[in-house]
Amino acid sequence: MTATVTHSGSVVLVVAVFLASAVEMVEALTIVLAVGVTRGWRSAIEGVAAALVVLAALVAILGPTLVHLVPLSALRLVIGALLLIFGLQWLRKAVLRASGLKAKHDEDAIFAEQVAELSGPAATGGRDATGFTVAFKGVFLEGLEVVVIVLTLGTTSHSLGLAAVAAAAAVVVVTVVGLILARQLSSVPENAMKMAVGLMLVSFGTFWSGEGVGVHWPGSDLAIPVLVACYGLTAWALVTALHRQAPAPTAVSPAEGASGA
Amino acid sequence: MDTTGSRRAWPIRTVVGFGRFWWEFLIGDTPELFLGAVIAVGLVALCCRDPSLRTAGAVILPALVAALLAASVWKAARGRT
Repeated sequence: MTATVTHSGSVVLVVAVFLASAVEMVEALTIVLAVGVTRGWRSAIEGVAAALVVLAALVAILGPTLVHLVPLSALRLVIGALLLIFGLQWLRKAVLRASGLKAKHDEDAIFAEQVAELSGPAATGGRDATGFTVAFKGVFLEGLEVVVIVLTLGTTSHSLGLAAVAAAAAVVVVTVVGLILARQLSSVPENAMKMAVGLMLVSFGTFWSGEGVGVHWPGSDLAIPVLVACYGLTAWALVTALHRQAPAPTAVSPAEGASGA
Repeated sequence: MDTTGSRRAWPIRTVVGFGRFWWEFLIGDTPELFLGAVIAVGLVALCCRDPSLRTAGAVILPALVAALLAASVWKAARGRT
């Protein structure tokens, strides 16, 4: 019974980390492709490499600190609350998009926006500061969200290695798919992924913040799939209730396109 | 061109940028979700000071979170229609 519960928790963890990381990587890939096409691949690749180095340094500093210095109940409370807030933001936007009250996240529109922003003259020869900065910013911000997800989900479930492997798998899969599909990013069903990620983040956030303040969850880790189901029903009910009053969706704004959720 | 920002010393720019990032990350355009989540967890923490209410917390917390999501979505829907 205990082994089954642990196995179930690990599967949910891997799926949550993989999907969340894949969503962030799709957004980062959009920006990098736009930079590479318009400003040259050298600045884009340098920006990506610099962002990865800074992220690796952050993980090396923050990972051990979080794991070894902070009491588990406090860690679960803080991280659970962070995940809850972050997940609610994702879920809210996914519900609004699914009900037609908000335009779906259009990666092609974001790609076109990034190309327009970058369409000024590139530096002649050598490095291009604009391309480098945009690629760095995109990969760093989206990558930091992946780091937060891996550290939070991984440390609180004592499976940091498993969470890191799931995130690495997502990075590899999205990179390979991105290289193959190049600009056909809209073929990735992003809102469905965001709905699933939002449900899982809110469920994990509820579970861990509850544990942090002393809630007794019947069935222990088995409460997580139950929470996913309950929040899924809530999201479905909201989408159904809102569907009738939805006007024609408005175009996605550049600011929304560049933001995380 | 923003000359004010570029005149600031880099430590101040870094701190301001760091703070702005976390503000956008946690609060952004939905402050009600941040406040609501903190209040919901705080209320359940108060309930759990009584050991007999710790199992009830497993129902109260998800119910508060679902209500918070519904309220925020409903607020956004009313603003768009």
